This record gives sequence, structure tokens and C-alpha cells, in this order.
Amino acid sequence: MKNSVRSRLPIAAVAAVALILGLSACGSSDSGTTAEGTGKRIVSNPANGKVTLTIGSKNFTEQIVLGEIYSQGLEAAGYKIKKDLNLGSETVALQALKAGQISGYPEYASTALTSFFGVDPEKVPANAQAAYAQANGDFKKQNLEAFPPTPFASANAVGTLKSTAQKLGLTDISDLKGKSQDLTLYGSPECRQRIDCLLGLQENYGLQFKSFTPVDIALRYEVLDKGQADLSILFTTDAQLAAQKNKYVILNDDKHVFPAGNVLFVTDPSTVSKAGPDYEKTITEVQKGLTIPVMQELDARVDIDKQTPEQVASDYLKEDGFVK
Amino acid sequence: MEAGGERMSGLVPHLSLGALGLFGDAFDFIFHQQPAKTGGGLATVGGLDQVGTLAVEQLKVTVLALGLSIAIAFPIGAYLGHRGAGEGMALAIGNAGRAIPELALIAFMAAAIGVGLGNLTMALAVLGIPPILTNTYVGISQVDRNAVEAARGMGMTGGEVIRRVELPLAVPTIMSGVRTATINIVATATIAPLVGVLTLGDFILSRNVYGDEGVLAGAILVALMALALELSLAGIQWLMTSPGLRLGRE
Amino acid sequence: MVSAAPIAEVLLHNRSNPDCIQRNEIFCPGWAVDNFNRYVDPVIQHVVLVLASVCIGFAIAFALSLLAHRHRWLSPTFLGATGVLYTIPSIAFFFLLLPITGRGRTTAIIALTAFTLQIIYRNVTTGLANVPADIKDAGRGMGLTDRPLLWRVEIPLAMPEIIAGLRIATVSTVALATLAVFVNGGGLGVEIYTAGNLTFKTGIVIAGTLAILLALAFDLILVAIGRRATTWRRVASG
Repeated sequence: MKNSVRSRLPIAAVAAVALILGLSACGSSDSGTTAEGTGKRIVSNPANGKVTLTIGSKNFTEQIVLGEIYSQGLEAAGYKIKKDLNLGSETVALQALKAGQISGYPEYASTALTSFFGVDPEKVPANAQAAYAQANGDFKKQNLEAFPPTPFASANAVGTLKSTAQKLGLTDISDLKGKSQDLTLYGSPECRQRIDCLLGLQENYGLQFKSFTPVDIALRYEVLDKGQADLSILFTTDAQLAAQKNKYVILNDDKHVFPAGNVLFVTDPSTVSKAGPDYEKTITEVQKGLTIPVMQELDARVDIDKQTPEQVASDYLKEDGFVK
Repeated sequence: MEAGGERMSGLVPHLSLGALGLFGDAFDFIFHQQPAKTGGGLATVGGLDQVGTLAVEQLKVTVLALGLSIAIAFPIGAYLGHRGAGEGMALAIGNAGRAIPELALIAFMAAAIGVGLGNLTMALAVLGIPPILTNTYVGISQVDRNAVEAARGMGMTGGEVIRRVELPLAVPTIMSGVRTATINIVATATIAPLVGVLTLGDFILSRNVYGDEGVLAGAILVALMALALELSLAGIQWLMTSPGLRLGRE
Repeated sequence: MVSAAPIAEVLLHNRSNPDCIQRNEIFCPGWAVDNFNRYVDPVIQHVVLVLASVCIGFAIAFALSLLAHRHRWLSPTFLGATGVLYTIPSIAFFFLLLPITGRGRTTAIIALTAFTLQIIYRNVTTGLANVPADIKDAGRGMGLTDRPLLWRVEIPLAMPEIIAGLRIATVSTVALATLAVFVNGGGLGVEIYTAGNLTFKTGIVIAGTLAILLALAFDLILVAIGRRATTWRRVASG
């Protein structure tokens, strides 16, 4: 019965689609940033043209931007590049790497140690080189290999509105003791199972919350803005934190449940030997400019200014003089 | 569903073992609790308890949203159909409704209004209203005018005509609209975890927590729930259809 | 966006005076005009998803209808089987296929095709069943055997129902194809669901509106095809 109902639709709709498709053809894309040649320029090596690399990343802004930076840098060095930049969580990404679906992807040293190698979060080395050495050692046991770390480190954090923190007198996570049972906490779905997230808050801090609600990672600030979450799990490199210093605040992790991690590009030895020396060299070179303010700025260009990660990565490489 | 897996994997022999194995793991996931995929296996996932909790939540959301869409769409459709007015509008709503992209609707709601059960129910009701409104309208306006005249001749009032003549005759059409609405709503309730309402879709969307077997288990459970709802509604429709009308299939 | 002090040679944008996009307003027309090229690929992928699913769905459903038309006893089986495929939510179907066909466009197309079968099948069989017996008799009287009768009389007369089914299937598939993003199937869903987009109101409004306009455009094209395919109607009434 329902199938015999007919529709009448305005001719205007076709005109609208035609107009929109027409408009799209002449959209602008150039941003014309300054690029000074500084001797850092990546040189394309014709020998690399025989090698195809598939660069992966997890499914949130910072990861996708990193994936794009590595991809475009390696492409400038002459490699053939494929991208698979929306892989989901660390488990999915690691699986894809082990299965040979990707050649490598960026991973936080702290996440690797806690999620893959069972290290307690408070035992993750605070020193970037020490954490790298430990993680790389563990990766090598699984026939994988990690390149040296980025300058910036990122961590999960318990965030809230500044007004909430002031009202409840919150500075440290420990201040939540005796208050958390009346507070709602929002976080990513995997937060429920991660020690550097809900489990750590429950076990190491002994906190129980009124509720924990998993939402998509993209909504971590929306839920605070709309007053639905009292507390939300944020990332320390989030663009929103830098852009709105008077609005959001991060609670101090006084029991060290949320270790900060520098990013390591994880790959496997056979890809390394196949791809030659330009592989590691390009990756460690392009990530040298990635300090915390720079990473926050790049995240902000995607999350706040709504540029595409592809564009943001390309601008970074140009602004930093890696490509022309 | 396992039979389905076997039949389909037969078409792709080199994948058959892996595919079958995963279906087996998925059933294992449904019936037995197991360690979570991340965080060193400190938490447990799966098992009938969690399946039950999530299934109840999905049913709850579906029933709430369906109730809301019936409460809005049915009176309007019935009134317009009875009056024989607003045909263009009633039909246009039905057609426009089909074009609403579910994902955009849910995402927009989350970004503009906020997450949570109440908002989700409203968004899902939006998907249920068009088919119910249109089919109620069509069902009632298509009732044989002779039957209506005969009823009036017997001294029935307008309300009695709707209740005792038009509605019973329109039941098959109206119920077919309700079934379409239900399928739309229960299907879209699968992506509710994006906005903080944990339904069976949690298994599907949080692959990192539940693993591939959890994702597959979620897909199996959602499919079964939709089929079960469709069958129950078909049964309800059969019961509601006046015995004199049962012979003719809708 | 005024540029301030460069750190590590990357210009830090000043966001103290947020524009429409930075305030994440419901719709920012200026951004939409400047960034429309971003939606070209997703629209094309979306069109491919819909066309492939509806065309394959039509081929299968049409063949099933003709079989059931000749062998009536097959009809309940076909109706039941396509009904099950129609009822299984597409998002579940995507993931049921995952162990077999993996992530990607193929998986999305198979699931969407499965969804269209019942709608098209029902309409084709209803159309064929509604052809008046006396017209068929007249055809036979003119010496038409089964096959020419089917192609020259019954199918043309069933055309309005067939087109109506295609319209419903196509419009619904355009909406459902936004879910293909969950299995990496591309399409407009990418501009709604991938990182940074899920809270981006202008982006969601644009992608959602494009999906609706695409549905309308497909619908109008099918109406036009329907007019051409039923010229006999105008001859008969004129």
C-alpha cells in the first residue's frame, strides 16, 4: 500500500542542484601562506618511486592531521602514498599494521605502553626518550618498530567548565573526592576500558560518578557547553583549550593516571628495509616543528576553523619550508 | 544467521573459514562475558547481561519515539483523511520523510540541541511521523464513500464514523505505515550511542571496545530485533484487522 | 583571521574575534560558498552508491518478479526473502557483511541493494497483476504468445507502478547511503561523521541538504523517465 503513494516535487529542486554543482566547480582553495626556503626542503628521490606506503591513523583530528603530514612529506620525498586515515582506536590501528593493511601509523608512547604492553600508567616514564626506548623495545618483540618521538606530548585529561571548577573548588582530580557521586562524566566509548581514563579514575583515585556516558569523541566539548556533562575527558593538545582559556579548565592529574605521550610513528622492519633511509629521515624531519603550541594550532585549524586536515598539513609543510 | 554466513561464504571460498570463525566468535560474545579489547582486559564485555541491557534500551527508545510519532501523526492524518482535505500536504510529507538522511538528523540534533534520551526520542520521532501520517491519510480517505454514507444513514455522528467505519477499514494501510516507521526508528536507534544513549549499536560503533566479534554480534542482534518487531507488528495488524477483511492481503 | 607571532615558523591564528565558523553557527553561507569543492567528491561517491545499488536492485527484483509472474508459487518465497532483507537495518547489514566482503564501497552497495529489492519487487508484481485480463485477452486474440505479450503489453501497462517503486527505492537509498561512511563506503556521510565534522553544524546542514536535493533530483529524473515510458497513456486519453 505504502508503495503506491506518489509524490509531487518542485521543478526548482533540479535547478537548485544544478546551481549548487555549478557553484562547487568554482570554489576557492588557495590560502597563499608564506614559505621561506630554509634548507629543510624535502628532496624527491626517484628511487623511492618504486615503493608504495600506506599511511594509517586513528580516528580523531590530531591523528588525521599527523597522518596527512607524514603522507604528504613522504610523497614529497618521492614515495607512492596511499592513506587510510580513519582507522578507529589503537587496537584497530595496531591490528591493521600487523595485518599489513598499513605500513605505519602515529601512536602515543603512553598509549602504546598502557594499552598494548600492560604498563601501569603511573609507571610510564615521564621522559620522552625513556618512554620511546621502552615502547620501541616492546614493539620490537612483536616484530614492529617505532621511529623517534615528536617534540609534543598529548594526554587524556579530566576537563570541566571554569565556572564549574570555581563553584566546586576543583583544582586537582583528587578534589573530586566526595563530590564525584553527584557529577556526570562523559568520555569516548573506549574510556570505559582504559586505565588512563574511567578505570584509572575509579581504581587509582577511588572515584565513583553519578554516571559515565560514552559519546563520540568529537562531542567532548559540546557536552560541556550544553551543560549535559559536568566533567568530560579531553586531550591536553585540544585546540579548544588553547583558544578558550577562560572557558575550559583541566584538572591536575595529581596521581599520575593520565601519562602524557609523545607520538611515535610505528611501522615494521620489513617496510623499513624496503623503503630505504628516506622513510625514517622524512618522518623525523617533518615532525620536528610539532611542539605543543604548533600542534594545538594545527588541531584548531581543523576543529575550530574547519579547514580540512589535508589542507592544514599541506600549509604546515609549506609554512615550515618542507615543500614549496 | 549462521546459515546465512555459510551460504554467503560459499561464494567466496578463500574467506569461508575466517568468516565462519568470526560468526562463531560473535555468538560466543553474545552468550559469554569476556575481557575488554583495550585497557589490559580489566573490564569485561559481552554476555547476556549486557546484551539484555542494551537491547532493552534500544526497545525503550524505539517505543518512546514510535509512541510520539503516532501521537502526532495519527490524529492529523485521520482528521485530514476524514475531511478529505490536505491531500497534497499529507502525501508530500510522506515523500519528503523518506529523503531525510538519518545520520545528518542525529548529528545535527547532537550539535544543535544536545545529546541524551529526550533529544534522541524527538529526532527519531521525526523519522516515524511521515509514513504514519501519509498512510493514515491514504487509508482513511480511500474508505469507500458508500460505506461512510451508509453509516451516516444509520445515524452515526462524525466521530462514530471515524471510529467504527473508517478506522477499521483503514487498519491495514495505517499499520503498514506504523511498520515502516518502526523499522526506520529501530534501525536509526542503532546509531544512538553517537549521542550518548547506549543501544545495541554500542557493540557496532565501539569496535575498539568489543572487537570484531562484538561488532558482528551487534549487527546480528540489531537484525534480529528489527525482524522480531516486524513480525510482532504483522501479528498485531492481523489481530486488529476486522475478520471480514482478513482474506485480502494488503 | 589575523596572524600573530610565528612559533616554529607556523603562524598562530588569532581567534579572539571568532567568525561565523569559529562560533559554529547553524549555517555560515560564506563558508559554504568558499568550500563547496569539498563536497564534490562526496556527492559523486554518493551518486555512485545510489546508482549502483538501485540498478543492481532493479535487475534482481525485476528478474524475480518475472519469475514469480510465470510461476506464481514462487511469490510468497520471494516476498518473504526480500522482506527480511528490507527489514534488516542497513547499518546492521553493513557489519554482517564485514567478515565476508570487508570494509569499503562493495559492502555498502550490497547492503543497499538488498534494501531496495522488496520495494521494487512489490511494485513490479503489483503492476503486472493489475493489468486487466481483457487487455491480455485482446493481445492473445491478436496472436501474441506469452513472451511478446509480457514485453509489449503487460510490462508497458505496469510501467507506472514500476516507476513508482523505483522512485521510493531511490529516494530512500539516497538517505540510507549516508550510513556508508561506517564501512568506509564514502558518500556524503563522510562530511557528517569523520573527525571534526560531527559537531560542525554548517557542514552537517550542507551535507544533509545535498542528500535531500540529490533525492529530489533523482526523483524528478525518474518522473521524467516515467512520462516517456508511458506515452501510451497520453495516446489513450488524447
